Amino acid sequence: MVNYYVRRTARVFATIFLVASLTFGLIRLLPGGPFTQLRATLLRQGVPAEEVDARIANLQNIRPDAPLYEQYANYMLSLAQGNLGESIALNEPVVAIIAKAAPWTIFVVLVSTVLVFVVGIFLGSLQAYWEGSKFDQVLSGISISLMSVPFYVVAVILLYVFAYQFGWLPTAGTVGTSVERELSVPFLLSALEHSILPIVSYTLGAIGGQALAMRGNSIQVLGNDYVQVARLRGLSDRRIATRYVARNAILPMYTGFLLLLGFRLGGTVILEQIFSYTGLGYYLFSSLTSNDYPLMMGTFLVITVALVLGVYVADLTYSKIDPRISAGDSDEAY
Amino acid sequence: MKHTESENTGVDWRSESTSAPDVTRRERLREVYEDGVRTPLLVAWADWRTRFGLLIVGGYLAMALVAVFGLWREPSTSQAPRYLMLFENMNYPLGTTASGTDLAALIIYSTPDILLMITAGAVWATGVAVAIGTIAGYKGGQVDQALMSFSDLVMAIPGLPLVIILAVTLNPENPILLGVIINISYWAGLGRSLRSQVLTIRQNDYVEASRTMGVSTPRIIWKDIIPNLMPYVTVNFVFAARYVMFASVGLFFLGVLPYSKQNWGVTLNFAYSGGALFSWSAAHWLLAPMLAIMGLSLGLILLGQGMDRVFNPRVRTRMAGESKSTASDDEDTGLTEVL
Repeated sequence: MVNYYVRRTARVFATIFLVASLTFGLIRLLPGGPFTQLRATLLRQGVPAEEVDARIANLQNIRPDAPLYEQYANYMLSLAQGNLGESIALNEPVVAIIAKAAPWTIFVVLVSTVLVFVVGIFLGSLQAYWEGSKFDQVLSGISISLMSVPFYVVAVILLYVFAYQFGWLPTAGTVGTSVERELSVPFLLSALEHSILPIVSYTLGAIGGQALAMRGNSIQVLGNDYVQVARLRGLSDRRIATRYVARNAILPMYTGFLLLLGFRLGGTVILEQIFSYTGLGYYLFSSLTSNDYPLMMGTFLVITVALVLGVYVADLTYSKIDPRISAGDSDEAY
Repeated sequence: MKHTESENTGVDWRSESTSAPDVTRRERLREVYEDGVRTPLLVAWADWRTRFGLLIVGGYLAMALVAVFGLWREPSTSQAPRYLMLFENMNYPLGTTASGTDLAALIIYSTPDILLMITAGAVWATGVAVAIGTIAGYKGGQVDQALMSFSDLVMAIPGLPLVIILAVTLNPENPILLGVIINISYWAGLGRSLRSQVLTIRQNDYVEASRTMGVSTPRIIWKDIIPNLMPYVTVNFVFAARYVMFASVGLFFLGVLPYSKQNWGVTLNFAYSGGALFSWSAAHWLLAPMLAIMGLSLGLILLGQGMDRVFNPRVRTRMAGESKSTASDDEDTGLTEVL
């Protein structure tokens, strides 16, 4: 058993290493090359030629004149030291940009995913309990309709109604421009106000699917013999509901939750673009359009590492909470 | 369950018909048709959701045909008055854009590419997932380890950002290629959950029985394992298709993918940047592509749930018994929402 955890942990590092190499390769493939583009941009901005050269030389992670293997080695080495280089377009260390951007993304994704999960499970189990009732039918209909609306459509509609038409909520940004960026009540209120639309639009579309999945799981569990036996044994309804039905219906969704969290980090590229919400996805997209290689690699890697850790935690904990799944290596091979 | 091999012919369509040697080829064909085509379709049709799903997806297919055969005018600028509202002029039922382009034409001419794209993406994703999932789950051991490590690696790469980078790099214009690129890593999660299903299925008595009887591994996988995965696979096929549509429209909307091809996302993008968000008189410009997306998505979801019923033996048995569609089970569909 211990062996399994050691191997699984080693695999996390191997995966991150491979993905880092892959990002390096992928981003090197991009057309234009990082520095021809940058030179052109800077010169167009009226920066003097010698300063342009100096700035390019100062960029830590990529030395354009070095051979590829050296660039790679340098990249991996500085990565290991937590140095992601300097953003070309924003003229700031990538780590600093990510540190500023990540909390916003994490906040929005975490809140909305937890909402999806909790509300979905709640509605789904109620539906399963009253299977076939009017309530179940209406909610199933709503769930299916919600599933067919992509979140960016919800986002555009909400933006249209609540921001542009009624003017109740801000149209862009993470906090108001006049608000000091410090831990204070006006700051928190403003941040909350700016996050409502992104969170709601990222939540609404996903709830339907979650509710339907939970409903299916619960119905399946309710039909199992052990639930009947538990009834016959005269166990209390609450005990049956929590210990027998809920536990077995939520279990399969548990890994899904952590994966969902990771996957939805990627979706923020579209979400944050619509709301000009300056999180990781926003910077990933803007770095792509401005050929800002270090920033691109940095944001991409951070999102990747989050996903890797999500899967890792799911793997390690699933066998703990579901004894039926052994942790991988005790299964005999056929 | 699929493994029950019944001896009567034709009647019991739940069985995986193994024909007795004295049955003629023709009878066998008829039986295959009955079991594999007619009955499932009847079962599917009996459920209103599937019927709706089939009708909707069929409607989009018809739209694609209209575009392919040029039965509706092609979209072009200044072909109509600017900013016609919905149903204001019945020649242009969906209205027109700021440049006087027929919105209905824009929607219709996007359909063939979108259908090609989502089919390609879904075939790719489910095909790879089934192959990897069944082999890893059934073989176990080193093979399992290797395949799952590979899936983990692929899963560890955030899908949408990867697609965006690939799209910018490769600039794919072929809808089939685009579909595959969008779902390039979609199979990983699906393959992993299929594997866990296989782990449970292979513990079943009948698989054990087949194994002790010396049935070959490919045959066990094909006859005992895959049929039991079918509800899962079909539902996820439809969801994979839906993901391709959501992602592609989103990326076209962002302006990441090449503009040369019509896509509802391109229309959405033009409407958005054309200021449709600010004025009520242009709202239909945003609405038309949105409705097109939601309609197809709804059709795919309904179809997916219907397929689940067709392939889900438990529900089918119940329906055969009651001949009334009260069945409403939804299997766990695995990874639910991604976009």
